Amino acid sequence: MIQQERMIVVRQSEIAHHIFELTLQGQIVQDMNPGQFVHIRVSDSFEPLLRRPISIANINKEANEATVIYRAEGRGTSILSQKQVGDEVDVLGPLGNGFPVDAVREGGTALLVGGGIGVPPLYELSHQLNARGIRTIHVFGFATEQVCFYEDQFTTLGDTHFVTVDGSKGTKGFVTDLLEELKPEFDVFYACGPLPMLRALEGFYPEKQGYLSFEERMGCGIGACFACICQTTDQSDKNYVKVCSDGPVFPKGVVDL
Amino acid sequence: MSRLSLHLPGLDVKNPIMPASGCFGFGKEFSNLYDLSKLGAIMIKATTVETRIGNPTPRVAETAAGMLNAIGLQNPGLEQVMKNELPYLERFDVPIIANVAGTTTEDYVEVAKEISTAPNVKALELNISCPNVKHGGITFGTDPVIARELVEAVKKVSEVPVYVKLSPNVTDIVEIAKAVEAGGADGITMINTLVGMRLDERTGKPVIANGTGGLSGPAVKPVAIRMVYEVYKAVNIPIIGMGGVTNAQDVIDFMSAGASAVAVGTANFVDPFVCPKIIEELPGKLEELGVKRLKEIIGRSHL
Repeated sequence: MIQQERMIVVRQSEIAHHIFELTLQGQIVQDMNPGQFVHIRVSDSFEPLLRRPISIANINKEANEATVIYRAEGRGTSILSQKQVGDEVDVLGPLGNGFPVDAVREGGTALLVGGGIGVPPLYELSHQLNARGIRTIHVFGFATEQVCFYEDQFTTLGDTHFVTVDGSKGTKGFVTDLLEELKPEFDVFYACGPLPMLRALEGFYPEKQGYLSFEERMGCGIGACFACICQTTDQSDKNYVKVCSDGPVFPKGVVDL
Repeated sequence: MSRLSLHLPGLDVKNPIMPASGCFGFGKEFSNLYDLSKLGAIMIKATTVETRIGNPTPRVAETAAGMLNAIGLQNPGLEQVMKNELPYLERFDVPIIANVAGTTTEDYVEVAKEISTAPNVKALELNISCPNVKHGGITFGTDPVIARELVEAVKKVSEVPVYVKLSPNVTDIVEIAKAVEAGGADGITMINTLVGMRLDERTGKPVIANGTGGLSGPAVKPVAIRMVYEVYKAVNIPIIGMGGVTNAQDVIDFMSAGASAVAVGTANFVDPFVCPKIIEELPGKLEELGVKRLKEIIGRSHL
């Protein structure tokens, strides 16, 4: 259920260039699933006005803590990055529909593909898949080594490969270049990242079952404002989906890429 | 009855707070968050004859204490609204104000005639002020003669009172207000958004795909208050005021300027629980002001 809560900052640190890891404590953690997001109001004033949608990277129900990882590049996320331990943050969530962890049978293999700031939600997903006895292979693309994060964390969960656009870490190029080279064997793929990456992946694995997490500029985050609309491949009556409330995760082939 | 209740054409409301059209969908999303029966009324999303998919994205952009939107009247169309959206809202004890939009007079008439027969639709809100569609909408709201003729045409077919939503994007809003009153409007709702533009810092191009969008949020409140103040002096029909309302004090301000009720728009996106919060805050505000019934403060700026 969607709730609004003033969560408490328990940790915050810069883990890569302008990339922040923020851990918040509160009751709404109990309802969170991998691939969902929270809508954070970074200020109690009306400047900036709107909330910031940020995906959930880690869920710790025992400690009532959730971690988000975000890039501080705009006004809102810069303010968020200034929050200190003990500060309260107005959070609406959990929002959206996450990744289906039961799409892979026990003993199977999942391929997790992430691009840049699309990598974080795959961390909790990987945790939950591994907990279900599913092997995970991680293939992540970043712009440059400076903005890479969580290599050790993902490595403890499964095979982890990096690719950077400038070649400063791992292979040079895009995730599809690395996938071409690795030719991983898997049952289902899960992906989160920029649109061109998602588009390339759909074309790359036409026969495979896959789930894609989308990003779109949002207003309300709960499906009321119609800001984050995506066209669907289904051209019948309802030929659109809302990324915030119908997604952000959709089975491969639903959204018209 | 409670200190907050009041009567408006077609509407007996528990309180003067209603979510503004376009900021609340058809209520379903918010019904998962709180009991919609708490609201004074609901202004549902604009309905057109046909299904509309709206404008390309990005459709919203944040601005200083506000936001621009160019959704483009996306809605499932009259038939679906009659079949699914309105019946869903019947489970709540709340009157519906149906926002009616179109490209031609015939469109408005067709939607108004049909939608005004829905049992829970207690009033219509003619949208002659949407700045985000190429045809219709605002073109009806910027010319007093055209606005009056449209109101007359809709009044002939509507089963319920007709409110008209005014655009602030005019030289003289009072002139338009008088025109719709002369056309037989039962009330006025105001203001719709102000046409604006935000540029991308890097490219210098508009952020919103449509180029321009409608500005809303706390940034527009002083403009809205001024316009309500002026229109109140010029017409004898009630006004539902809106524009940047975020708390109970804003409601007091709009009602002081002359609004009989107040709609909450953009604030629903910032805090989806804002309407029930305002309703809870209002009695405390009345205590502070030493007023028994909320309706006593309507137009007190002019005394």
